[in-house]
Amino acid sequence: MTSATTSGPVRAVDHLQAQMRWRWGEVAFWLATLLPFVLTPAYLVLASQIAITALFALSLDLILGFSGIISLGHAAYFGVGAYTAGLISTRGWGEPLSGLLAGAVAAGIFGFLTSFIIARYRHLALIMITLGICLVLQEAANSANWLTGGFNGLQGIHTWPILGRFEFDLYGYTAYAYSLIGLFVIFLVARRLIHSPFGLALRGIRENSARMPAIGAPTNTHIRTIYTIAATIAGVAGAMLAETTETVSLESLGFQRSADVLVMLIVGGTGRLYGGLVGAVVYMVARDQFSGLNPQYWYFWIGLLLIAVVMFFPDGILGGVEMLAQRLRTESWAKSWAESWAKSWAKLWTKP
Amino acid sequence: MPPVFGVLFDGLAYGMLLFLMSVGLSVTLGMMNFVNLAHCSFAMLGAYVIVTLMNAWGWPFFASLPVAFIAAALVSVVLERLFFRRFYNASELSQCLLTIGIVFVSIAGAAYIYGTDVQSVQLPRYLVGSLNVLGTDFPIYRLFLIGIALLITVLLGVTIESTRFGAQVRAAVNNQRMARGLGINVDGLFAVTFALGSGLAGLGGALAIAMLGLDPSFALTYLIYVLIVVSVGGLGSISGSFIAAMLLGVSDIAGKYYVPAIGSFLIYFVMIVLMMWRPAGLFGRR
Repeated sequence: MTSATTSGPVRAVDHLQAQMRWRWGEVAFWLATLLPFVLTPAYLVLASQIAITALFALSLDLILGFSGIISLGHAAYFGVGAYTAGLISTRGWGEPLSGLLAGAVAAGIFGFLTSFIIARYRHLALIMITLGICLVLQEAANSANWLTGGFNGLQGIHTWPILGRFEFDLYGYTAYAYSLIGLFVIFLVARRLIHSPFGLALRGIRENSARMPAIGAPTNTHIRTIYTIAATIAGVAGAMLAETTETVSLESLGFQRSADVLVMLIVGGTGRLYGGLVGAVVYMVARDQFSGLNPQYWYFWIGLLLIAVVMFFPDGILGGVEMLAQRLRTESWAKSWAESWAKSWAKLWTKP
Repeated sequence: MPPVFGVLFDGLAYGMLLFLMSVGLSVTLGMMNFVNLAHCSFAMLGAYVIVTLMNAWGWPFFASLPVAFIAAALVSVVLERLFFRRFYNASELSQCLLTIGIVFVSIAGAAYIYGTDVQSVQLPRYLVGSLNVLGTDFPIYRLFLIGIALLITVLLGVTIESTRFGAQVRAAVNNQRMARGLGINVDGLFAVTFALGSGLAGLGGALAIAMLGLDPSFALTYLIYVLIVVSVGGLGSISGSFIAAMLLGVSDIAGKYYVPAIGSFLIYFVMIVLMMWRPAGLFGRR
């Protein structure tokens, strides 16, 4: 991918431009997202929820995967977006695009305000603060019965047709098209962002947050910026869910949703843009297939999956696939794959 | 009894439970920097052990308490040797994910075996009712809770402050590398401390049934409280955990009693403010 043939050091610009080139796998992935329209038209409602969840996971990847900010409360922004869009709709303005914008702006403002706190802390304090923000918001929404409907959720949302033309139908054609376009557009923005010098700086912060200020990078400003962006995207995802399902429940900003999206991202693989997308597809499809199961038992398998992923595939599904693909290219791939796997295994299993 | 004393008393009893359930996590976090979100699963294990022993096998209350302690300690040390040990040098995220996976499995396991109903135990007759002192009623079980927790706190304090084992623990919390350099077997020490802390959590869970109830979501519900105690008290500080647990217990009960409208999230708000004011905890040094 990088210019191995040219002599001399690789310039940063070249590196970034090489990264930005579209690969065949990516094109195939996005073409495949159109398949549900043809192959599984009965599952378009689910597909639309997957796309929305993938967008949410993508926003978490921006802060967790690329900037190293661990958040146990990312659903707070999702919920702010969902409630904003839902409240505007119950007040009699159900135009979807402006609802989306309102959700994004509200979540973005909330994200910007909280980012001042986020940027100052790390480690356990950061985990506890993000968790605390999420819990405070959930309890507040629970108490503010007159505004949010409390435990019963927000009732009476009605979304108008998109652009006055495309009505939201029962089968989810419009909903899936709407959420897929939203996901794709925001994915393009995120992809551009990650392959910019700003994206490189973020990865620098992730790798070593003490050294980045030393080379003159405004670490705190960068963290605040990406956190606000991620919150905005989470708000868009929340608003989309509110508009397509026409309900908002307390669950949309709870700890459970924060944990779920974290699991998806980890299972898919962090810090590679597609990880959250793949994770969301796998997680949501599996949950739909096992929906007959008691939710308690569903979490048994999720727990086992988490343990297995952390122990055996620290880079998630995509990390595993990438490792496999790399080995396939070398001649005796099976042997070297086993070797490298054994090596990483041994690294994990030997005492420090 | 005037409500102020009642709230204070209930808050203290609640705080004692929180202290028992969190002190182990505080010490192990301080020593190994290992974020163990599964700590409350051990408390839940202790609680289910005592439910089984008393309700199915007819054991007396006081005979089952030590078993709850031992069961939680044994299971925790097995898990530590099998899983946790390999993650001491891993990132915080991996540690969080591994242990939250264990929490999910433990919740589902408890729901599978015991169902999702709230479990209870029959307390011995002399712990039921209340004691009248100078015209005020004190529930006996809460007095008993406060007494037993104070006893354990004193025992812990003496162990940590004036035994060889305690000195080694303090050294390892203070500077793990230096302690290794001085020839202290930190890994072995950690395994023992881990078992002790989880055993205390198991005991706390067993004692908590009569006051807080028990269902499979226990491991997640009280995890948040335990994390608040640990992070506010400061890692590795027993006195810090004790004071934080008392503060949390009293303010939670008082908040729910006096300002029920915001009482349920006042506590999270206080935690955020405290964490912002002192990120290393009230008594933490890092």
